[in-house]
Amino acid sequence: MRPLTDEETKTMFEKLSKYIGENIKILVDRPDGSYCFRLHNDRVYYMSEKILKLATHISRDKLVSVGTCFGKFTKTIKFRLHITALDFLAPYAKFKVWVKPGAEQSFLYGNHVLKSGLGRITENTMQYQGVVVYSMTDVPLGFGVAAKTTQECRRVDPMSIVVFHQADVGEFIRNEDTLT
Amino acid sequence: MGRKLDPTNQVKRGPGRKSKKQQGAETELAKFIPDEETAPKRMSSRGRKRAAKRVLNTKKPKAAEEQPKTGFTDENSKWLKPVKRKRKIGEAESEDDSDEHWEQEEDEEEEEQLQAKKGGKLEIQEDDDDDEDMVDDYGALEEGSGDEKAEEQSDEEELLPIERAAKKAKKLKEALGIESDDDDDDDDDDDEDDKEKKKSDSDVDEEDTVQANMDDMDAFRLPGAEESEREGVLPLDLKSIYQRIKDNIDVLCNFSTKREEGKERAEYLSLLKKDLCTYYSYNHFLLDKLMDLFPLSELVDFLEANEIHRPVTIRTNTLKTRRRDLAQALINRGVNLDPLGKWSKVGLVIYDSSVPVGATPEYLSGQYMLQGASSFLPVMALSPQEGELVLDMSAAPGGKTTYIAQLMRNTGMIVANDANADRLKSVVGNIHRLGVTNTVICNYDGRQFPKVMGGFDRVLLDAPCSGTGVIAKDPAVKTSKDEADIQRSAHLQKELILAAIDSVNAESTSGGYLIYCTCSIMVEENEWVVDYALKKRNVKLVPTGLDFGKEGFTRFKERRFHPTLRLSRRFYPHSHNMDGFFVAKLKKFSNVVPTAATGNEEENADAPEATEVTDSSEEEPSKSPKKKKMVPGKAGGLKRKPQTNGTAAKKPASVKTKGKKNSPAGPKKAKIAKMDGETVKASEAKKPAAKTAGGAKASKEGSRFEKKQNKLRKSPMKAKKRMGKNKFRKLKSMLGEDGE
Repeated sequence: MRPLTDEETKTMFEKLSKYIGENIKILVDRPDGSYCFRLHNDRVYYMSEKILKLATHISRDKLVSVGTCFGKFTKTIKFRLHITALDFLAPYAKFKVWVKPGAEQSFLYGNHVLKSGLGRITENTMQYQGVVVYSMTDVPLGFGVAAKTTQECRRVDPMSIVVFHQADVGEFIRNEDTLT
Repeated sequence: MGRKLDPTNQVKRGPGRKSKKQQGAETELAKFIPDEETAPKRMSSRGRKRAAKRVLNTKKPKAAEEQPKTGFTDENSKWLKPVKRKRKIGEAESEDDSDEHWEQEEDEEEEEQLQAKKGGKLEIQEDDDDDEDMVDDYGALEEGSGDEKAEEQSDEEELLPIERAAKKAKKLKEALGIESDDDDDDDDDDDEDDKEKKKSDSDVDEEDTVQANMDDMDAFRLPGAEESEREGVLPLDLKSIYQRIKDNIDVLCNFSTKREEGKERAEYLSLLKKDLCTYYSYNHFLLDKLMDLFPLSELVDFLEANEIHRPVTIRTNTLKTRRRDLAQALINRGVNLDPLGKWSKVGLVIYDSSVPVGATPEYLSGQYMLQGASSFLPVMALSPQEGELVLDMSAAPGGKTTYIAQLMRNTGMIVANDANADRLKSVVGNIHRLGVTNTVICNYDGRQFPKVMGGFDRVLLDAPCSGTGVIAKDPAVKTSKDEADIQRSAHLQKELILAAIDSVNAESTSGGYLIYCTCSIMVEENEWVVDYALKKRNVKLVPTGLDFGKEGFTRFKERRFHPTLRLSRRFYPHSHNMDGFFVAKLKKFSNVVPTAATGNEEENADAPEATEVTDSSEEEPSKSPKKKKMVPGKAGGLKRKPQTNGTAAKKPASVKTKGKKNSPAGPKKAKIAKMDGETVKASEAKKPAAKTAGGAKASKEGSRFEKKQNKLRKSPMKAKKRMGKNKFRKLKSMLGEDGE
């Protein structure tokens, strides 16, 4: 486990800012103690300093996970957010999409959100903007990338994709093995 | 066209009208108009119409009938109530994934349309959750509107043909042969049973089945040798075996009156055992164990309870939601649930569900966890406080870990450990799903844990076990276990519990507790292990804080455990309707000497030092150090017990140093625990100064013991350096007497 290099920090923050914009600083400067990002097995974990200290007792090969896993660095040094980061993306998300109850299940099985399943969308969403997907009862279900702007969404036919799927909470069951 | 809400009319809560009406109409009609049942009354035009409609779609009302009763039945019904179904046309509802709802809704809408025509009065009376009104309405409406009456009747007609036939047959039976019912003890299919019995070579001659049954009851006879031989060739059918088990137990329970002359109890027992093994397909070993554990009447209950599954229970994740919100959301999805019980504020029992409970969006978003009711108990007993450092020694699949986290409200720190790396994946998944952020997950063998880190405020040890409490979940246990398996897991458990105790920090202001639990009901894996820990470490049992469950055994067959073991709790499938479980709460008590911080070894060490000079008691089965704590004044006699194997004899010299250098918690202490005489000596040599310093108190105490010990010296036993076991026992009992 080690702190992230500058390069890695930049890559990760760029990715995060697609979803939560400048709210990143809320993650780093928290009133309830200092929190930090650490790299372990190519994965980025977000934890408080206290837990970080505790985790130093544990040898590297025996340590499985600390705090919350945000995502991992791919072999090409790109950063990929995991669904486990949703707890921290959802409260600070700048752009949101709500899906209708009928389309909920489809999204949870890893499909894109179609126009027909679109319940609501934040105004002024740009194309390819990172969005967090909610159910109509405001339960965060996952996140993705807007395929169309809000304006376009009004016009397109019901079967066209409006949000590309990136991660959904169904992965807790489907990809349990690869979460960490 | 939606139903208008009438503020003047108080809506009653409870099961829906559909579930009540069928029942009510049926019984009421039977009472009021028995003859009209045979000759159907002329229906009103609307009634006829409705009946015709019912004939058309016979399936639909059936589906509606089977619609599970939603809502709550216990005292929580005050606040937990099923939502009123919205009937907006345009907007899709959240439960669209369950077809059943749609069907029912259509059905209801149809009826509503009809009623809407009739006018407002009926509409109010037909209100949804209004069950009491329905009962009262019956009489009121009889003179008021014939329509309603007709409807009730047609409801009666709705009985399936087969049901009617059964009803008629029942009546006929009642009329003809009342005597045949009086000794139908419990079997519904008793007649069938009897028929088969006739065929079988059961020991009783039975011309008249009823008579035979009665005879069977009071004159149960053991099958002779040749009969049992025949049985070997031509096995009995299960029904008659079951009957024989019942009769046999009946005899055994009233042995003096019902026994057959000249037959031993053992003969009855061996037959019973054989029958139980056949009927429930256990192996002889396990059944022997169970027979030791339960009285006979309870044994069958237990075995029966193992044949049925426990209800599915879920635990609300209070980090993300509240129980009533969750219950509401799940009811909307067509789940039929109830609060778990008074003892849990977060548990819900699922009776049935139209959707998979393990894959609802609520589950995926971490609002609840599927978890057996018995798994709540150890965590409740642990009662972790906010800001503490807690270790879960065998965490997978993370149910208890996340419960701990939610009780601590995500503060403090939790170390979740499991020896199996594959099973840890589920821990990772569950912890992230439930939004727990204060957890470190690691993959050590629990036995090494005190070396990794110590100083925990609380430790939960859910030890790996033989699984004899969860036979309902895994029936393979019935046949796969033998003595060696039990011994093996008991051994592992003893190692683990010592490691767990060594990880606890007794100095902790808020904690210093250890929970030991298993899903086994074997005494070897539970009381015995805890008793062992009591002897080996400075821990005492404290009440678990669970107000139900059976007390742990303090004596079992030839074994005698520490009397405080009754503070531990046992849970059984047949008496508590949860998996078989054992929970014990141990408190590690700290030493009064501030230097001896973690108070594990050193307190014991102080104690035995003086006495051991005289009688080296290596082979002595050490008695619990606890006792000493409980009777501090007269501890002398008891304190002679060594607490670690083999080190006892060499202790006197070494203890003083120990007391001094043991202040760091955890790993070091654990090492000390394992230290044999040699290492102790070595350390003594290294730290002579510490010895003198630390020995101040110890020597004081020691002098007291010296006196005692002098007394001992005068006794004849002290003459020999080593004494035989028997002699030792005698001495022990003597000392025990004057000690207590």
